[in-house]
Amino acid sequence: MNETVQPETVDADRAVLDHFESTIAHDQRIEPRDWMPEKYRKTMIRQIAQHAHSEIIGMQPEGNWITRAPSLRRKAILLAKVQDEAGHGMYLYSAAETLGIDRGEMTEMLISGRQKYSSIFNYPTPSYADVGVIGWLVDGAAICNQVPLCRSSFGPYARAMVRICKEESFHQRQGYELLMTMMRGTDTQREMVQESVNRWWWPSLMMFGPPDEQSPNTEQSMAWKIKRHTNDELRQRYVDMSVPQAEALGVTFPDPELRWNAATGHYDYGQIDWDDFNRVVSGDGPCNAERIEHRRSAHEDGAWVREAAIAYADKQAARTKTAA
Amino acid sequence: MTEASPPSDSFTAEGGHGAVPTGPAVPTGSPTRSPRNSWPLWEVFVRGKRGLNHVHVGSLHAADGEMALGNARDVYTRRNEGVSIWVVPAGSITASSPDEKDAFFAPSGDKVYRHPTFYEIPDNVPHM
Repeated sequence: MNETVQPETVDADRAVLDHFESTIAHDQRIEPRDWMPEKYRKTMIRQIAQHAHSEIIGMQPEGNWITRAPSLRRKAILLAKVQDEAGHGMYLYSAAETLGIDRGEMTEMLISGRQKYSSIFNYPTPSYADVGVIGWLVDGAAICNQVPLCRSSFGPYARAMVRICKEESFHQRQGYELLMTMMRGTDTQREMVQESVNRWWWPSLMMFGPPDEQSPNTEQSMAWKIKRHTNDELRQRYVDMSVPQAEALGVTFPDPELRWNAATGHYDYGQIDWDDFNRVVSGDGPCNAERIEHRRSAHEDGAWVREAAIAYADKQAARTKTAA
Repeated sequence: MTEASPPSDSFTAEGGHGAVPTGPAVPTGSPTRSPRNSWPLWEVFVRGKRGLNHVHVGSLHAADGEMALGNARDVYTRRNEGVSIWVVPAGSITASSPDEKDAFFAPSGDKVYRHPTFYEIPDNVPHM
């Protein structure tokens, strides 16, 4: 603690900080109107906004295939899935707004690049099999991340996460079922699935972030219970879950070092090529510019709708007043 | 294979979709006013099924009450989660302040005699 401030300030500060920390220590939730350290508030806004933006941008890679889905059944499923991503974005913007930031402001910050989204959505979806593989691997990785976040110390985020997790299960299963269907098809279809898996496996592993020894923020986030497991723990859990799923599907992961380790009871995996990931993170990915440009044009092209709705609401309100 | 080193200062794993770039300092909102012409905020309450109370589920933006109801249906009840929805302008809600928590709820704190377990009844008295 800072020892140069006035004693009574120290006492008051310590009292609220103690209350905050004991709330977390007792596994109780922090709610929006509670006192919280400024750094906690900022971290939560950043974490929730980034997650919200990821859901919103995440509509694009798969939305790419809605008009070309091979059947009405697949199209209806894909529409529902992409609509869910929008819904998840809405739950999360709602949670972020409880901390005093405005939704419109967050959209502006996304478009202007001041707030970020998950780099996984900067990879392209050139093949229809990508729809299935994103559901299975990308949403599978998201589930690994999100299930522990249902116990985040920040109440609104934890509650949003409960809703999201229920729906993610549909996302993963529809993807896996799509791939099973393709694997029962022709050789060409099976090759499409394998080719897509080859492209998505490593980016999925990178979703869990840098290795623990290079993740300096993890300790504070664990103490605040806004992160419940380390990056490497979650990554290992994901690998262990995914390997048997790949075997059941009949595909392989593009990693010659991937093998069962009886001593650890886990699968060992090869070295992640962080250089490639760094290129995508730093803005040089295949789709970075396209994703933001699309979001910007959707926002700007929709401006007249937002204005017209306000004008209509004002007019209706004025009429009601006159009639009364 | 080259010894690839992760760019640990350029990204972090935060939030549900994992790794995001750690760009410039993220502005994180002093309480802000809505941008010009933006839709007001509504709080949403959903009755899950008959016989239950409406429960707060979140918030959304809409130009008026009717639009708020439609948006609430699309955002919060895509899978039959509700049979009835209330939307309330967020500014219309008056809430107790967490700062005065102790004093505000103190009146009920020392009235243990309001609970049935306060009263000792012999074991041989049935149905009580």
